[in-house]
Amino acid sequence: MAGKTLYDKLWEDHVVHQEGDTALIYIDRHLVHEVTSPQAFEGLHISGRQPWRTSSILAVPDHNVPTVMDTQISDPISRLQIETLDKNCQHYGINEFGMHDVRQGIVHVIGPEQGATLPGMTVVCGDSHTSTHGAFGALAFGIGTSEVEHVLATQCLLQSKSKNMRINVTGALQPGVSPKDVALAIIGQIGTAGGTGYAIEFAGSVFEDMSVEGRMTVCNMAIEAGARSGMVAVDDKTIEYFKGRPFAPTGSMWNDAADEWRTLHSDEDAMFDLEIAIEGEKVVPLITWGTSPEMVVPVSGHIPDPEKAPKDKKEGMINALKYMGLEPDIKVNNISVDKIFIGSCTNSRIEDLRAAAHVVKGQKIADNIVLALVVPGSGLVKRQAELEGLDKVFIDAGFEWRNPGCSMCLAMNDDRLDPQERCASTSNRNFEGRQGPGGRTHLVSPATAAATAIAGCLCAASDIHSSS
Amino acid sequence: MKKFTLLDGLVVPLDRSNVDTDAIIPKQFLKSIKRSGFGPNLFDEWRYLDHGEPGMDNTNRPLNPGFVLNFPRYQGAQVLLARQNFGCGSSREHAPWALEDYGIRCVIASSYADIFYNNCFKNGILPIFLKENKIARLFNETHENEAYRLKIDLEQQRIVLPNGDVMGFEVDAFKRKCLLEGLDDIGQTLQLKKQIMEYELRRQQDKPWLFIQ
Repeated sequence: MAGKTLYDKLWEDHVVHQEGDTALIYIDRHLVHEVTSPQAFEGLHISGRQPWRTSSILAVPDHNVPTVMDTQISDPISRLQIETLDKNCQHYGINEFGMHDVRQGIVHVIGPEQGATLPGMTVVCGDSHTSTHGAFGALAFGIGTSEVEHVLATQCLLQSKSKNMRINVTGALQPGVSPKDVALAIIGQIGTAGGTGYAIEFAGSVFEDMSVEGRMTVCNMAIEAGARSGMVAVDDKTIEYFKGRPFAPTGSMWNDAADEWRTLHSDEDAMFDLEIAIEGEKVVPLITWGTSPEMVVPVSGHIPDPEKAPKDKKEGMINALKYMGLEPDIKVNNISVDKIFIGSCTNSRIEDLRAAAHVVKGQKIADNIVLALVVPGSGLVKRQAELEGLDKVFIDAGFEWRNPGCSMCLAMNDDRLDPQERCASTSNRNFEGRQGPGGRTHLVSPATAAATAIAGCLCAASDIHSSS
Repeated sequence: MKKFTLLDGLVVPLDRSNVDTDAIIPKQFLKSIKRSGFGPNLFDEWRYLDHGEPGMDNTNRPLNPGFVLNFPRYQGAQVLLARQNFGCGSSREHAPWALEDYGIRCVIASSYADIFYNNCFKNGILPIFLKENKIARLFNETHENEAYRLKIDLEQQRIVLPNGDVMGFEVDAFKRKCLLEGLDDIGQTLQLKKQIMEYELRRQQDKPWLFIQ
């Protein structure tokens, strides 16, 4: 019999009951935010049910929160949504990091930061980017609000098992190439539906060499490749990461846990339904040019021509170019930008801020940049960055240094693009209107966003450093 | 949950691939703490010429005459015909809530994003997979025939075309049963309460670090 994949192991460990293709699986950690939970709590209340295990839940407001110091939320509808989360958490005795708690932040940043996400767990949240937590050898995926209610009421979910895919990125990355570029390279290759129906394991020497925060960036964007969950095997770096975190075990329990975590990898003879190979050396700094994350070109490249594309892609490309206000064949480096966003659950952790600050240091943002935002992923990331003086680097260059939240990734608060404004953004989605109605998003790495802020037009960090 | 058994519905064709849930219901409407009332803002950015915000009177807003949902011939549609990877992106269940509130009870596409697909079943919407060539035929026939309707029979797992031709479709047995009977799946799961409690107790003993508060 063939060995098991990491996904097989995680899945089998959580099956409570199986009936045909539908399994009842147990959920270890339930993360909750303000946007996708109110209707679930309301459903629970109407049916007279109680949360099954409140200690499995960690709640935080992130989508609507303002990122400007000491402001109240001016929008009464946003405010009500956050107050509703506060009220529900108080009512049911759920642990919540409120808006003014230093531990508050983007739900996918604070879960691992607190050790609330641990290897071997099932982690769910009413948010598609829950795939982020798979970076630690957890089975993590986004769910709808009805499923949020289901987990609240039963601590379980009804699921069918996905197929197994492994993406091997071999060799090593070249200097200046980041985990975000790896994520975009993968999506560019397999497409936004390439991972539909699969759980993806990211493997190979590039992932072995990658930091855990980098792995989070790639797993975060598994959903942009269509996969509900992405994951990376546990190694020493994973285990080291959790030492001393508030929800992590200590003493002899730590040793037991670490022993178990070391088994969380695919067996050598495990069979995958699909394997994809990518050569690490060939990954270059990338950028999205269109309105789907699969529309990827090198930062050093040109905007593609729909006339030269396969027939089934042509119309979508024409629509995307029109929305983005771009012409075929122009150089990416010649496209000027209005706003810069460094943040989101994809790229708002300390390593992301360090990478951007490294590029920015001692320079000024270009005159045509009307707004350049840095939004740390959590209050603790922000504090760490300030200890390292990164805030000063950004502020001296002309960036705004903001408070944590989802911010301009989806523009539910006041941070957004105006119509036709163009943005280099470290977030995860370039859909029409995502960062504001009519706004034009180019997804990039933190280093590319930083370089673009300095140059005023889309460029890689190596472009500005070689010219300065 | 709303049952789905038989539907004889007018078809509206949305001829785009990769329709994401941000397009189905834009983020500003996600601030609502209710489950209902999203229908007027379904496809808001495509459907109206102005920018929509929650609380607006949508009846006075300028409609985009070029958007298919606004064509007089498709008013009252209950079947949405779409292309590949429908419902990709955000997990927001507001997307099926908006479809349902608008009156859509069935989506037919060549593929769906997984989370959206699951969310449909929780809201009495039947998402049907068909092969690309069948989708292409339905698009053609919808374009060529006014008042083009399909009869969808979940029990028999088949679609009957106006000329009597039949297209079969596959759906997971458990999901089918829940839709046919309008079952509350939380109630179903709680029938397994004892098994869940036993599993949880065992887990707490074997892996206590998963239960640190």
